[in-house]
Amino acid sequence: MSLLSRRALPYWLILAAGTLAPFAFPDYSNELAILWLMIVFASTWDILGGQMGYNSLGNIFFFGAGMYICAVVQIGLFYDVGMYTSGARTTHIDFSTAQYITGFALGIVAAGFGAAVLAIAAGWIVFGLRGPYFAIGTLGLAVAAAELTAAWDWVGAASGVAMPVFPGAPQTQKLFFYFSLFALGLSLLVFLNWLYSTNFGLSLNAIRDDEEKAEAMGLHTRRYKRTAWAISAFFLGIAGALFGNMTGFIEPRDIAFPTTTFNLFMVVMALLGGKGTLWGPVIGAVIFHTFKEVTWTYFLGWQFVALGLLIVVTIVYFQQGVVGFLMERFPHWFQPRVVTESPKRAGALAPQPEGAE
Amino acid sequence: MNHIFGNISVLTEAPVLNLGLLIDGILIGSIFALAAYGLALVWGVMNVKNLAQGDFIMLGGYVTWSLGGHGFNALLGVPVAMVVLWGVGWVVYRVVVSKVITRDLFTSLLATFGVAIVIQQSLNLAFGPDTQSAHSGLPDWQFADGLVSVSATRVLGFCMAILLAAAVVLFMKSSRIGQAIRATAQDPRAARVLGIDTEKVYSFTFCLNAAICGAAGALVALVWNVQPFFGTTYSIRLFVIVTAAGIGNLPAVIAAGFGMGVFEQFGGFLLGAQFQQALIVILLLGVLAYRQLQYLRVRQAVQ
Repeated sequence: MSLLSRRALPYWLILAAGTLAPFAFPDYSNELAILWLMIVFASTWDILGGQMGYNSLGNIFFFGAGMYICAVVQIGLFYDVGMYTSGARTTHIDFSTAQYITGFALGIVAAGFGAAVLAIAAGWIVFGLRGPYFAIGTLGLAVAAAELTAAWDWVGAASGVAMPVFPGAPQTQKLFFYFSLFALGLSLLVFLNWLYSTNFGLSLNAIRDDEEKAEAMGLHTRRYKRTAWAISAFFLGIAGALFGNMTGFIEPRDIAFPTTTFNLFMVVMALLGGKGTLWGPVIGAVIFHTFKEVTWTYFLGWQFVALGLLIVVTIVYFQQGVVGFLMERFPHWFQPRVVTESPKRAGALAPQPEGAE
Repeated sequence: MNHIFGNISVLTEAPVLNLGLLIDGILIGSIFALAAYGLALVWGVMNVKNLAQGDFIMLGGYVTWSLGGHGFNALLGVPVAMVVLWGVGWVVYRVVVSKVITRDLFTSLLATFGVAIVIQQSLNLAFGPDTQSAHSGLPDWQFADGLVSVSATRVLGFCMAILLAAAVVLFMKSSRIGQAIRATAQDPRAARVLGIDTEKVYSFTFCLNAAICGAAGALVALVWNVQPFFGTTYSIRLFVIVTAAGIGNLPAVIAAGFGMGVFEQFGGFLLGAQFQQALIVILLLGVLAYRQLQYLRVRQAVQ
């Protein structure tokens, strides 16, 4: 993909809009940051759910794991974690600016790679499972993580951990976390655009379409499945680390491993936008997040019931999603284009090979 | 770690405590077995994995609890919860399940998960997040100098669960619609050719399952407690039971239900109550991993 080609245009537009948004709507910069988090959720879920046909109900496991790994690194570099998380502190706890930045940077790297390693390890258990058993097994993984963390005193058990305080004014903090999540989301989209055009992406689609046949054609399906999950976990782990620092307080059941909120939202957003496409999850995340914020504002108290109803309606009546609906309705929009403006590419019916500059 | 060994030594020094845990486990296991039978029924007949099963149970429990709150005897809750849940099951079937029955399994799983969330949140709005329990007004019986106490409510619940299960099994074996349900489970297409209205059979099966859950929920409210968000744990328990036993194997489902009750009582006693949920989920992962090993063996045999 050339930097100035037609296909790069959406990314430039997103870059411009995403950079301007927090300055245009300064009151909503937190909501916008969460919107990017939602886009990361939906797009990482779609690597497995949409492209590979493995519907996970436990991806939130990596989000929470990244959050806790980052917290442990940030605190553990300078203090004793068990002492920090226990209520009875003997020394005054303070992080200098340099300490915060070192801890934060190292914590994010550790969160991403730690979550990816956990995905490979968990893949040994769950990737023999197919269909609904995979969904239930991964859901079990996430619930088990929440319950075990809630009983583990060293990381604060059920009462959670107060994260190091961001050294800076509240306004700077908001912008800092907005741009961190924005950078994560945009780089994920660029990365996925590349990934889905490689042989690796095609192998994932082959596993979705017929796993037995893919195996018979010589694909090491287990290796592909584990790698795909590790990629998804890497980005989710970093997202968790950022979100943990953004909220300033982490806790196992409702913030790190929320199985019935974020965990389900990612599936619904991907389905709502259209799974198995690059832009479907992004569109789904934008629609879902807007709906969520509107119900939060106008139907306070009933918001979860309204969300549950949206989930049921999406799954039962609108499973093809926005992009799937457009594909059915306007198939000619999605056909390969005949490129005529450049003489050397004239008449090429097939999509241009990626990376051919 | 130390308190676990402490608890083990308590059990070995006072063996009669084991008896208490065992009796409680079996009494509670009977309720698990009842609800797991309902799950296996829907799973086997319609190939729908109902993740709202635990929330149907909680709904039944809240029906019973509010009956008790309005001055009725809470024991009346069992039949009332069955009737109410039959209606709820019918609505859920019409609006959601009938639309996803022919789709892939993940769709039905996710759709019922959505139903579960709607039920949880509605219960939370209506009754608040506190744990509640209904009181039947029956006494506790003490044995072995008070070391073993058996609550009469639990015994009654056990008897009711067994009676209900027996009634359902008898119904499935001998009644005409029971035969139609079993025929549909074997081969829906052949059943349709032979003049069975499979749509009606599906609807009836789902309502029957909801009613069974209602009864189980009433018993849960009587012998234990209910809370809007406990439903998910019940769903996971029932999945463990049915996955371990295999669908269509009724005696195994019932045995696994009792096993689950006993396992949970001992596990909760040894490790402490905060590990009880984690224990159930880890058991689920263990069962799934074991099934997977079995599957690998089968695959090798085919190769």
